[in-house]
Amino acid sequence: MFAPPQPHAKAAAALGLIARCKPPMCSVLTARRLQRPFVTDPIISIQGLTKTYASGFQALKGIDLDIREGEIFALLGPNGAGKTTLISIICGIVTASAGRVLVGGYDIVRDYRKTRAMIGLVPQELATDSFETPLATCRYSRGLFGRKPNPAHIEKTLKQLSLWDKRNGMIMALSGGMKRRLMIAKALSHEPRVLFLDEPTAGVDVELRKDMWALVEELRRDGVTIILTTHYIEEAEAMADRVGVINHGDLILVEEKAALMQKMGQKRMVLDLTEPLAAIPNRFTALGLELANEGRQLVYTYDTQAERTGITSLLSDLRDEGIRFRDLTTKQSSLEEIFVSLVHAGDVS
Amino acid sequence: MNLQGILAIYRYEMARTKRTVLQSVVSPVVSTSLYFVVFGSAIGSRIQEIDGVPYGAFIVPGLLMLTLMMQSLSNASFAIYFPKFIGTIFEMLSAPVSFYEIVIGYVGAAATKSLILGAIILLTAWCFVPLRIEYPVVMLLFLVLTAVTFSLFGFLIGIWADNFEKLQVIPLLVVTPMVFLGGSFYSIDMLPEFWQTVSLFNPVLYLISGFRWSFYGIADVNVWISLGAIALFLGLCLLATWWIFKTGYRIKK
Ligand SMILES: Nc1ncnc2c1ncn2[C@@H]1O[C@H](COP(=O)(O)OP(=O)(O)O)[C@@H](O)[C@H]1O
Ligand SMILES: [Mg+2]
Repeated sequence: MFAPPQPHAKAAAALGLIARCKPPMCSVLTARRLQRPFVTDPIISIQGLTKTYASGFQALKGIDLDIREGEIFALLGPNGAGKTTLISIICGIVTASAGRVLVGGYDIVRDYRKTRAMIGLVPQELATDSFETPLATCRYSRGLFGRKPNPAHIEKTLKQLSLWDKRNGMIMALSGGMKRRLMIAKALSHEPRVLFLDEPTAGVDVELRKDMWALVEELRRDGVTIILTTHYIEEAEAMADRVGVINHGDLILVEEKAALMQKMGQKRMVLDLTEPLAAIPNRFTALGLELANEGRQLVYTYDTQAERTGITSLLSDLRDEGIRFRDLTTKQSSLEEIFVSLVHAGDVS
Repeated sequence: MNLQGILAIYRYEMARTKRTVLQSVVSPVVSTSLYFVVFGSAIGSRIQEIDGVPYGAFIVPGLLMLTLMMQSLSNASFAIYFPKFIGTIFEMLSAPVSFYEIVIGYVGAAATKSLILGAIILLTAWCFVPLRIEYPVVMLLFLVLTAVTFSLFGFLIGIWADNFEKLQVIPLLVVTPMVFLGGSFYSIDMLPEFWQTVSLFNPVLYLISGFRWSFYGIADVNVWISLGAIALFLGLCLLATWWIFKTGYRIKK
């Protein structure tokens, strides 16, 4: 269903987008896509970006990344990985130490007016002027970004985010979830082509999280490119087309979501054997079993998302072979472990 | 030039004034008016005229200047400090506005407020004391220059301050004494010679003297020196603004 990440075929990615969307949204998107050539320059191009804070701490260690127009890109990484720093540089809040960033082909420092006008930012921290009204604050945002007033657009945005009823009340009176939506409305009020969502669901309950996912999907239909950060795998899974994994200021990998999910969806089952095994019997070679702990453990790696995990047949086959075990544990690789293995894999290759 | 951006900041700030009208307009007008009532009507009649001007009228330009300066400082410094404090500054930093556009928006709004306030106070003064304005254009010039200069000064304080204490310390410990010792309530002729000399080092004296001259044609120092002094101070503030921009000593990390 997903286009493979082949560099020669950006068109494939575009097609992948179309192929994946459901009929109602297809019309809009297809129309947009067809008006432009399939092969387009990336909307954002990050080259050799580093950041060393005044404290001497290096938060980014040479990031290279291209974001395609119209995609949803999830930046996945644990706390302190450098996600917010990366976003802040692109948006102009933090100055980079080295490297450069192009947005829509323009340099974010030299042509900052052009690049910033294209970008909307919803920061990690909720920061709102409590004494303002949602309507006034959205108008302000639009003006600040250099756009002429457009009441119809502000109305549409506030309605889309279910804030229209609250437009003339004080922001103070909004709930946390509403405030977060208001931050999104503000970021959208100047009709940006790119939207950054920094941890949009941090500290948000499950219900609201689902709403957020639906909203992101809706924005994508409008053709907005979305870059979001998260430290939840499931969130990247639910929303993104592509995922970049960042850790300790390094971008460890960038992959189509489908490929990544396969890597991350693996689980290991470990059997503690009663008697150590010298070798794995031939009939199991196809399953890719491994021996560990000097033959005292048998390890089976399987895909949780596959139709059949093969566990039942493995267990009955083991009994047929007379291999007995005392204990059985299964373990899903945690994000941390995946990071470790990814970094490790990077060292080897 | 992002004209819409400047306008957005300006309007936002003016709207904030409307919301806080009690604190930002009514309160300074009332407290200044109290001086007029007390000195103009109550004790003023028992104090001698100064250079032919009744005492109540004599103090009006100085008091007006005092309010103008203090309000410009506190308005502008708070206006830029507040978004830093609550975190909404991120939006301005990520917007396609330059540092100078931000300055124009904030300083323009703060100066406008001060001028509105000045007008109200002037009208109020008229009710209590016999006023006359001999050189209205010069008066207006002083008002505008002072409002702009001190708003810019306040803006710089707001950028520099990283806590509430710093925000208050310059207006309270430096400007207030200078304003009170700058001849709002007396002519420096009335001081002993030594203190007259000391007073000449107080920049506020030149402002008040020049401003009073535009009302009654009497001054402690030549009005051109006064205009030169405020122009010089404005130049210094602009220089500081430019320097802040140049050295990247800003709100950014
Ligand atoms: N202003 C700063 N000064 C020094 N270090 C900082 C500053 N801001 C962030 N850091 C550090 O940079 C690293 C990356 O932070 P951040 O980009 O916020 O990570 P993330 O958003 O992925 O959680 C962290 O270790 C953090 O402590
Ligand atoms: Mg962060």
